[in-house]
Amino acid sequence: MISFAIGLSVVLLLTILFLLFRIGTLVSIFRGSSQRAVGTTKTSNKINSTLLLLFLLVGGAAFAWSFADSWQEMNQPLASVHGDWTDSLFWTTMIIIGVVFVITQILLFWYSYKYKHQDDKKAYYYPHNNKLEIVWTMIPAVVMALLVFAGWKTWTKITSASPEDAVVIEVMGKQFSWMVRYPGPDGVLGDAKIPLVDATNQMGVDFSDQYALDDFMPREIHVPKGKPVLLKIRAQDVIHSVFMPHFRLKMDAVPGMPTKFWFVPTKTTYEMQNETGNPDFKYELACAEVCGRGHFAMRFIIVVDEPEDYEAWVAEQVPFVEEHPEILTKAETTPAKELVAKNGSGDKAEEVKTAL
Amino acid sequence: MSSTDISINQDVHHPHEEHDHHHDQNFFEKYIFSQDHKVIGKQFLITGIAWAFIGGFLSILFRLQLGWPEATFTFLEPILGGWIVNGKLNPEFYLALVTMHGTIMVFFVLTAGLSGTFANFLIPLQIGARDMASGFMNMLSYWIFFLSSIVLFVSLFLESGPAAGGWTVYPPLSALPQAIEGSKGGMTMWLISMALFIVSQLLGGVNYITTVINLRTKGMSMTKLPLTVWAFFLTAILGLLAFPVLFSAALLLIFDRSFGTSFYLSDIFIGGAALSNTGGSPILFQHLFWFLGHPEVYIVIMPAFGIVSEVITTNARKPIFGYRAMIGSLIGISVLSFVVWAHHMFVSGMNPFLGSVFMFLTLIIAVPSAVKVFNWIATLWRGNIRFTAAMMFAIGFVSLFISGGLTGIILGNSALDIYLHDTYFVVAHFHLVMGAAAFFGMFAGVYHWFPKMFGRLMDEKLGYVHFWLTFVSVYLVFMPMHYLGIAGFPRRYYAWTGFETFNFFTDMNTFISIAAILGFTAQFIFLFNFIYSIFRGRRSTANPWHSNTLEWTTPVLPGHGNWPGPLPTVYRWPYDYSKPGAAEDYIPQTVPFSQTQSSNLPQERDLE
Repeated sequence: MISFAIGLSVVLLLTILFLLFRIGTLVSIFRGSSQRAVGTTKTSNKINSTLLLLFLLVGGAAFAWSFADSWQEMNQPLASVHGDWTDSLFWTTMIIIGVVFVITQILLFWYSYKYKHQDDKKAYYYPHNNKLEIVWTMIPAVVMALLVFAGWKTWTKITSASPEDAVVIEVMGKQFSWMVRYPGPDGVLGDAKIPLVDATNQMGVDFSDQYALDDFMPREIHVPKGKPVLLKIRAQDVIHSVFMPHFRLKMDAVPGMPTKFWFVPTKTTYEMQNETGNPDFKYELACAEVCGRGHFAMRFIIVVDEPEDYEAWVAEQVPFVEEHPEILTKAETTPAKELVAKNGSGDKAEEVKTAL
Repeated sequence: MSSTDISINQDVHHPHEEHDHHHDQNFFEKYIFSQDHKVIGKQFLITGIAWAFIGGFLSILFRLQLGWPEATFTFLEPILGGWIVNGKLNPEFYLALVTMHGTIMVFFVLTAGLSGTFANFLIPLQIGARDMASGFMNMLSYWIFFLSSIVLFVSLFLESGPAAGGWTVYPPLSALPQAIEGSKGGMTMWLISMALFIVSQLLGGVNYITTVINLRTKGMSMTKLPLTVWAFFLTAILGLLAFPVLFSAALLLIFDRSFGTSFYLSDIFIGGAALSNTGGSPILFQHLFWFLGHPEVYIVIMPAFGIVSEVITTNARKPIFGYRAMIGSLIGISVLSFVVWAHHMFVSGMNPFLGSVFMFLTLIIAVPSAVKVFNWIATLWRGNIRFTAAMMFAIGFVSLFISGGLTGIILGNSALDIYLHDTYFVVAHFHLVMGAAAFFGMFAGVYHWFPKMFGRLMDEKLGYVHFWLTFVSVYLVFMPMHYLGIAGFPRRYYAWTGFETFNFFTDMNTFISIAAILGFTAQFIFLFNFIYSIFRGRRSTANPWHSNTLEWTTPVLPGHGNWPGPLPTVYRWPYDYSKPGAAEDYIPQTVPFSQTQSSNLPQERDLE
């Protein structure tokens, strides 16, 4: 019954609108405005030009207000050295394009308003002006050159080789979670091969490799404040993307092609909790490349510690082989080489290791 | 004897030739398998409009999810059936919606619907040709497109759903049926549909290029072409060079999916088993895809540039400012569009050095784009502007193009792209600059050339209502998305509530969804106006906008062959509006200088 009533009222509403439309058309014929060239009638010109000006003013004000109102929320807390560079470059560029935005939009709407049709007027025949055109080609060219230069300097610094003493962490994306591995006391990550992946050894670590024996795989990432951290990133199934918004960090995790990104965290989780006034604040890692059903739920926690706390945390960690001693016997009974040969991707796995 | 007969026949029939053709055609030849460029243009337009409504509707579905993540959508069960599980949208179906929305809008609406419509309809009419170089190929182009759209449409009804890996279909996600339901039959059909679509585009493109080069009427030199034709011409060249690369990318993906090759696959463990594929590179696909994908965004926007230039100059009653600079910037954009593709891949793991090269090339493209904007604004300056519905959309286009284009300067900067890549900042940017803006160009074109297509005018007042509702809601939808993007909200997320970092701005998302629904609803005003005006609109005169270009020298409803008599001869450029000394404020291209001695400029005196 209710749906019938709704349907009926929609039909009635549409009929009324249609009748209004017909009446409007008839009135315009009666008034004779339909005899004039389209777009030269006084009323519609006045209404449209005024609305354009109004749109500029009201829209501009609404934009300014909403921008100011969202300012606090849209600026994510910042916790890395390079994030400071990119944030300041971002807002510098925003100011430049903001100026251009304001000037061009004002001119566009103001000219539209000011030069609306008048019967007794004729437009100004002005086909070109080479000087003007050269000027307004050169100005953007110069501004772009400056922005390219600034961007290139920042980009080169961010993507430069990581310092020797960087803390190395391997991050692996899979549907739909992240796994991480630390190299342990020897500072070297053991070999890993996709064919070795099974229910226990989910990262496919080759435990016949001596370097792998002290590797540990914690449930959250811990990094020391103020020290460079190198993320070695790979994926197991489809492309994922390591996105740490607070560190202004993003790098795709690509199956078959290891990638990397290094950064220096600047604030511990505790400091950030104080700064944001949120005692539950946590640094998060999200996936930024569509990877399937659970794409939106690939959450992982990052904890930034004071360097001494970090050392203490590392010391507490138990190597994976000690947690799962059975894996070692398996590695001995089925040597990795044999398994790899069986699956036929040994050569590539070697490459992965050297690249890492 | 016989030879005399023939010559007599020719003599008798010559003046009525076009007429006879007309009478002989049956319904199918005239409206279905027509080889007339005007009918084919209308076919593209109507198919494009149908697809735009489907694509728009899909976006409303996922905006419901994003705007009200906690709500239950049992009321959608009659439409979506099994995709609603316990009142919740299936997350994989959410991805399928996003994917289909992108594919439909980019390829079917803004490529086929926009350049398919207007390049077909306007090129012969504006260069003074009887039809396209090959009417038959032109017909094939439409029907292959139709076939391709049928394939994609059917894929919406597969049990495993349509393709769901994003419109960019990056492998391995799109290559492995284990990875997502949409990579089963849906992806196969997506690839078939795209392969057909590419064939259709190439058939069309070859035709547009040949027609513009060979069939221009007497006097129509390249420097007297309207900017629309220049835009369609360059768009066709881009398509011809870029689409085959997408075809190769799709072909290799088909091989990987069905024939066990490893072009894009390497070192994969999925669904509890390691795959034997080795040596491939997912990045290869991205390079191939974006080698099309980036020119593609210019394939979408350049016809809109042309249409808007034409509409602005006609309705401002002023010559387009800097005609040659406008052509130059179109050529500049066309060339540059081929060397910027990797700016979509700054964080793909590509060599950082390449990143700096592509940043440099990308930011250069801002220069010709800026020139175009300045020239449009300069054309408005001291004009005598007629606010037709088409003109409103053209002004709206410039505004949207500025707003969306400027943020491209940020995203083209590789250092800034690290944080903003695949966030809502990108979504806001490209929807404004090539989504909404191209739509506005398309609307401007439809309102402007509707009288030539159907012999009647669309209702202007409904056009204004349509414009204002659309314009306002586009800004209400996409401006706030920048804030989400600056806050780092990632794209293609079913919900952000799982992350503390993104667990705010829920009101803003609701607001965006409401604005999107408003904008979508407003399109029904257009649909009504469009259909109603075809049958009941005010009858148009031959040249309702007092425009200079050749299409307005044809009869109100041009028949087969466009001009009843001989083809017109062109004497001047298309932009002699408000020329000092002229009686009217426009001088069509067919008026020789000898008839306009009072308004000729010093350098034109020799041509009298």
